[in-house]
Amino acid sequence: MLAYLGRRLLQSVAVTFVVLSLVFVAGRILGDPVRLVVGIEASEERVQRVREQLNLNQPLGEQYATFIGDALSLQFGVSFWQKVPALPRVLERIPATLTLAAAALALALPLGITLGALSALRPWSRVDRITNVISLGGVSIVEFWLALMLILIFPVRLGWFKTSGYGGIEYFVLPALTLCYKPLGRIAQITRSALLDELAKPYVKAARARGLKERRVVFVHALKNAAVPVLTISGDELAALLNGAIIVETVFGWPGIGRLTIQALERRDLPMVEATVFVVAIFIIVTNLLVDMAYTWLNPRIRFSAAGDA
Amino acid sequence: MTSEAVTRLDSASEAPRSVGIGLILRRLLRDPVAVFSLLVLTLLLIALLAAGQVAPYDPLRQNLRLRNLPPGTPSADEGGFPHILGTDELGRDLLSRLIHGARVSLAVGLGSALLSGTAGTALGIVAGYYGGRLDDLIMRLVDLQMSFPFLLLALLVLYALGPGFVNVILVLALVRWMVYARVARGLTLAMRTSPFIDAARVTGNSDLRIIRRHLLPNLASPLVILFTLEIAALILGEAALSYLGFGVQKPEPSWGLMIEAGKSYVSTAWWLTTFPGLAIFLTALSLNLLASSLRAISDPVQRERWLNAGLKERP
Repeated sequence: MLAYLGRRLLQSVAVTFVVLSLVFVAGRILGDPVRLVVGIEASEERVQRVREQLNLNQPLGEQYATFIGDALSLQFGVSFWQKVPALPRVLERIPATLTLAAAALALALPLGITLGALSALRPWSRVDRITNVISLGGVSIVEFWLALMLILIFPVRLGWFKTSGYGGIEYFVLPALTLCYKPLGRIAQITRSALLDELAKPYVKAARARGLKERRVVFVHALKNAAVPVLTISGDELAALLNGAIIVETVFGWPGIGRLTIQALERRDLPMVEATVFVVAIFIIVTNLLVDMAYTWLNPRIRFSAAGDA
Repeated sequence: MTSEAVTRLDSASEAPRSVGIGLILRRLLRDPVAVFSLLVLTLLLIALLAAGQVAPYDPLRQNLRLRNLPPGTPSADEGGFPHILGTDELGRDLLSRLIHGARVSLAVGLGSALLSGTAGTALGIVAGYYGGRLDDLIMRLVDLQMSFPFLLLALLVLYALGPGFVNVILVLALVRWMVYARVARGLTLAMRTSPFIDAARVTGNSDLRIIRRHLLPNLASPLVILFTLEIAALILGEAALSYLGFGVQKPEPSWGLMIEAGKSYVSTAWWLTTFPGLAIFLTALSLNLLASSLRAISDPVQRERWLNAGLKERP
C-alpha cells in the first residue's frame, strides 16, 4: 500500500514537471513572450527592458533551468498586471473555486446517481428515455449559455438572486446550479451503464432467487458495486469541473481561479499565467491521489494486489 | 466455474437474432427521440453544404436602423423574407447568421474530430499492439492530458499561437487525441492475444496488415460512437473558446461568438443569446442521442432489448 502510494507520488512529481515544461514552451517558445506582453506597437526601448526583466536574454537552456528552479521554490515573479507577486494572488482564489466545485458536486452526485438508477431499473422504458434526454442534455449544453438563460429567468424576470459577484447565498445559487448540470449528466450516464452491467451478473439473479425485494437488490446490492466505476471517473470529472469553472466564474464574476486565469491570459500576464497553471496542476494531482486512495480502499482486489507488490 | 456456466447459459438463451438494416431503421423511425435527432442533423448538414443558398440574408450585412428587432419582424425590404428569429445588435438577420454559424461549428467539430481521431487511434493501436516503453510513454501522456482541464490547455496554446479558425481546429485536435488513444489501446490490448490475430500472424501477415485488415475493423464501431460523441464535445469546446475570445474571431458568425455579443443585451433582447445557445444545445444533444442509439445497435445483447422495447410499444 505504501509502496503503491509512493509510486503514485513519484508519478505526480513527473507530471508536475511536464506541466511546468509545457507552460514554458507555451509561454516562451511558441510565441515571443515580450511581444505577447507589451503588444506589437511598443517601443524598442520598452521591449529591451521587459526582455531583461524576464531573463529572456539568456540562452533557452539556461532560461529553462532558471524557470524550473524558480517554480520549485515557488517564485513566479511579479504579476505585470497587479504589480505584486503572482502566486499569493492565485492561492487566495482557491477557496472561492473550491466552494463552487464542492457545491456543484454535492448537488450532482445524489441527483445523478438517482437519475441513473431510475433509468437502469427499466432500460428503454419511457422513464429511461426521458432521463436519458435529461442526462445527455447535461453534456450537450454550454455552461455560459445555461448561465445566461438562468440570469434571464431568475434575476432579470423574477428578481431572484444576484447576477454577479461574491458573497452570500444569493450570489452562490446560480453559479452552483450552472456548474452542476454537466457532472450530473455524466454521473447519471455512468451510473446507468454500470448498474445495467451489475444487474446482468449472477449474484443479482441469486439475490432475486433468494426472494429479496427488487428495491433491495438494486439499491443495496447492485448499486454498491456500481459505485466503483462512478468513483473511477471522478478524477476526469474534476478536470471537467475546472473546465466549467473557467467559464462559469467568468460569466458570474466569481473571484475564483478560473476567472483569474482568463484575466491573466487576456492581459498577457506571463507570471500570473504560469502561477495559475502550476496551482491548477498541483490541485489536480493532489485530488487524484486522494481519489486513488479512496479507490484502493473501496476495492479489495486493488488493495491486496498493491500490498503484494510491496 | 458455476458463475461462468450461468453467464454462458444466459448469453445462449438471449442469442441475438440476425438483424437487418431494415429492422433497425424501422425501430429508429418509431422512436420520436431518434427521429428528432436525425432531423436536426439533416438540417445541419444542409446548412453545412448550402449555407449561402438556404440563408435568406447575407450574414455580414449590417443595417443599424434594424438593430435588435424582435423575432417575427417583417422584412424592411419589399417582399423580403421576415426576420423570423429577429436581428442582432448590428441589424444582421439572426437566422442567416445561425445558418452560417452552423457551418463554422460543424467544420471545426468535424475537422478537429477527424484529426484527433486519426492521430489518437494510431497512437493507441501502436501502444496496445507493441506494448513496452512506447506504450508506457504514450499512456503517461494520455493520463496527464486526461486529468488536466482541456479548456485550460487549449487556452494556453491559443495564447501562444494566437486565435483563429485553423488554430482552433489544430488546438482542439491536440487536446482531445487521448480520448481515442485510450479506447483504441484498451481494445487492441484485449484483442492482441486472441486466436484470430495469432492465426493471422502464423500465416505470415505483416504487422501493418494485421492492424489494417484484422484489428481496425474490430475497433470500428466503438470508435465511430466515440467520434460522434467527440464532435459534440468539440462543438462545445469551439463555442467556449470563441466565447472567451480565443477562438473564431469577429465578424465570422460563430455560435459561441454570437452568444458573447448578445450577452450585454440579455435583459433587452433575449433572442440574441437564446437562439445561438439553443442551436449549440440541439446539435450536441442530437449527436449524443445518435451515439447512444448507435451504442445500442452495435452491441448484440443490448440491441435485442432495444429492438424489443421499441417495436413492442406500438405494434
